[in-house]
Amino acid sequence: MAVDRFPVEPSHIMMFARAVADTNPIYSDAEYAAGTEVGHLIAPPTFVQASAQFDEAYFLRPKPGTPWFGSAKSASGLMDLPAAEKKESSGGGGNAAGLLHAEQHFEYHRHPAPGDVLTAKSFAGKSWEKEGKKGGKLMFSEAVTEYRDQNGELVVTATGVSVITSRPAEG
Amino acid sequence: MALKASALSVGQEFSDVVVDNLSRTQIVMYAGASGDYNPVHTDNEFVTKVAGYPGVFAHGMLSMGLTGRLLTDTVGDGRLTKYGVRFVKQVWPGDTLTAKATVAAIREDNGEHLLDLDVVTTNQNGDAVITGSATARIDP
Repeated sequence: MAVDRFPVEPSHIMMFARAVADTNPIYSDAEYAAGTEVGHLIAPPTFVQASAQFDEAYFLRPKPGTPWFGSAKSASGLMDLPAAEKKESSGGGGNAAGLLHAEQHFEYHRHPAPGDVLTAKSFAGKSWEKEGKKGGKLMFSEAVTEYRDQNGELVVTATGVSVITSRPAEG
Repeated sequence: MALKASALSVGQEFSDVVVDNLSRTQIVMYAGASGDYNPVHTDNEFVTKVAGYPGVFAHGMLSMGLTGRLLTDTVGDGRLTKYGVRFVKQVWPGDTLTAKATVAAIREDNGEHLLDLDVVTTNQNGDAVITGSATARIDP
């Protein structure tokens, strides 16, 4: 993942805090936040994950003019395409269903705040294989993403581990 | 309102229900705010007929985000230095999740007082859905 410009905005922080059911006013009330130890609004601990919003190439967001693999006329939008286009269409296809998030780690050098304009750059980390409990190979891969601010200072280091399963995961 | 090292002991627990009867709409809210629109989380037609799951399930990052609230409520705002989890079990609509943070260590590093927490979030059946750890700056 590469994001050139991830502006941290108060409304986005408020929406994200609502989405994780956190009513702490440090995420929405600037006046309250001014009176806290932090002194200003900050983002919740997992907020940088929302950098996906600013990743032009992010494949888990429908884009105008690009076939989307979620349901439409058919259970998958890709089924509505002529065979030739199906092959060409990228965007994950049914494969996205077999790609699951296995681990996520954040290291906070400081906490992002409104006014920050972050960049994100990812590097491939380790990769390894494991046998699934019910057979089938599990392929793990790690990606390390560095979030830097407008001064080039490191703000958050995020390490994500994805796993590709050859069948739906057990739940 | 930060924690004080002198008032903490290893094994001490902090716990709270972080979501009660998880709604599909809450999952939609998370998709919208995070930008992760993977249809396995919001599209019942796709997830049952194409992906082969019994229904939509929550983003792992939603469980991590919900659990984050217990951590920041416990250690104070802006105090976390690390937070990491493994996603061990899927979370489904209707689930009620309880997060628990247990004091693993109280230590000093370069004059800074730090608290290490073991983190586990369980569903209504007592099964862990995420396990992990967190570190925070605390007062002496």
